[in-house]
Amino acid sequence: MTMDPLQTLLSRSGVIMADGAMGTMLMDLGLEHGASPELWNVDQPDRIRSVHRGYLEAGAQLILSNTFGGNRFRLGLHNLQDRAAELNRVGVELARQAVDEAGGGALVAGDIGPSGELLEPFGNLTFAEAVAGFAEQAQALIRGGADVIWIETISALDELRAAIEGVKGISPQIPVIATMTFDTHGRTMMGVAPEEAIKALEDLDVAAAGGNCGNGPDEILSVIAKMHSVAPDRVLVAKSNAGIPKWMNGKTTYDAGPDQMARYAVQAAEAGARIIGACCGSTPAHLNRMSAALGDRMARSK
Amino acid sequence: MSDEFDLSKLDTPELIGQMQDDLYDGLADEIVAGVNELLHRDMTPYDVLTQALVAGMDIVGADFRDGILFVPEVLMAAKAMKAGMQILRPLLAETGAPQIGTVVIGTVKGDIHDIGKNLVAMMLEGAGFKVVNLGINNDADKFLAAVREHKPIIVGMSALLTTTMPYMGVVIKALKEAGMRQDVIVLVGGAPLNAAFAEEIEADAYCRDAAVAVQTAKSLVAIKRGAAEAG
Repeated sequence: MTMDPLQTLLSRSGVIMADGAMGTMLMDLGLEHGASPELWNVDQPDRIRSVHRGYLEAGAQLILSNTFGGNRFRLGLHNLQDRAAELNRVGVELARQAVDEAGGGALVAGDIGPSGELLEPFGNLTFAEAVAGFAEQAQALIRGGADVIWIETISALDELRAAIEGVKGISPQIPVIATMTFDTHGRTMMGVAPEEAIKALEDLDVAAAGGNCGNGPDEILSVIAKMHSVAPDRVLVAKSNAGIPKWMNGKTTYDAGPDQMARYAVQAAEAGARIIGACCGSTPAHLNRMSAALGDRMARSK
Repeated sequence: MSDEFDLSKLDTPELIGQMQDDLYDGLADEIVAGVNELLHRDMTPYDVLTQALVAGMDIVGADFRDGILFVPEVLMAAKAMKAGMQILRPLLAETGAPQIGTVVIGTVKGDIHDIGKNLVAMMLEGAGFKVVNLGINNDADKFLAAVREHKPIIVGMSALLTTTMPYMGVVIKALKEAGMRQDVIVLVGGAPLNAAFAEEIEADAYCRDAAVAVQTAKSLVAIKRGAAEAG
């Protein structure tokens, strides 16, 4: 059996370096209050590619397309739901172009974020509607050429199941990485504990699983430790925010600098994570220090 | 059914305790039955509201704050509370029961994230407030119009994004310019906020989560009413 590109990279042992934040980078580049970041895939493609380039130059071996809010539920809030196919496909293509320009080798993950809604009985979204929405997004991401699908920032297990089902219904082969956000007393907003999440994922066809976003490195490190204790053979993923946002002098800054994130990257590897990146508030400067600190622990791309 | 509870066999304090448990477990049908039974025993609608429902939601709120309950349980409890309120609301109006107060709540302009805000709205309803939920993406004019129309004691604003939270300051400024700032308590919340930010934009308080929002709402309303009576 031939290995998929993610397995191939993982088989070279060591840690895969994922990228850092997209959303907060785009805000620094002038994305307007509340505007759809995905619309920039067609309106400001150079800026999207420049963010990817920054992370690739900083050592990222796997980058996420600018399609976090690309499902029809989120796009619908901007009245862009009918452009889901286009915005997702182009998002992956931009990431691919950036990888090619950087000499190739890095993987492109098609990014899927949460619907922003609660599934029944807590909210109004049905499971079938969620599956269909995620399938639509996955189809466009795969059509655009994604090597991997990364489902992230999920807080409910039923929504995660719907997303995985949506992706696998389009392509049973494509590897899926799934990360939840454990930002509420060590659990997700919907009360899912890390151990519970990793156990639930055992029955689902995912290549790697872990935590992303949240309240900074310490929180994610504890998530990885808990997951590793109950699923030592799992490929675990840590993608922490650069600390916690702080309001200072009229603007928001995240309180973990590059050095702290470099320490986090090493600690995450020691705790058992094999795919390590950063989330909100991180920049190529953070990623640079993280990949330098990981050094020989990193898997060779070629 | 043999396992069905016969509420009429419980004395009133036991029944109230049972209803608080049912609320905790999110059992809407049981809450409706309990409310009807208490009313049947000639308890006033206001006492049913405060002693059974609001007191029950207090327990839910405290356990949510402490990480014992999470959003799903709180949502189910709030739904059960709502089922009870549907019976009580018209009766409360008829009997001229004291009003706990009205809250106008919304996500500010540019921000389309409303799960957290809706949770706060439900918890405030659980505490007996009348909640006017403006939904997402509200500009200052919408907040001002809602304050004029509903005369709330509290305006609640929510933002999930660091880029949208400064707009809360714009709304507060607009309230001041319209001469309405002193009429309302302004509470703000959302993931990227903190107390320093709330102070800078001159909100009355930052609320870290839905349980804190309810506590803060109650205590600031009591202070404001106390001040009004004293003044």
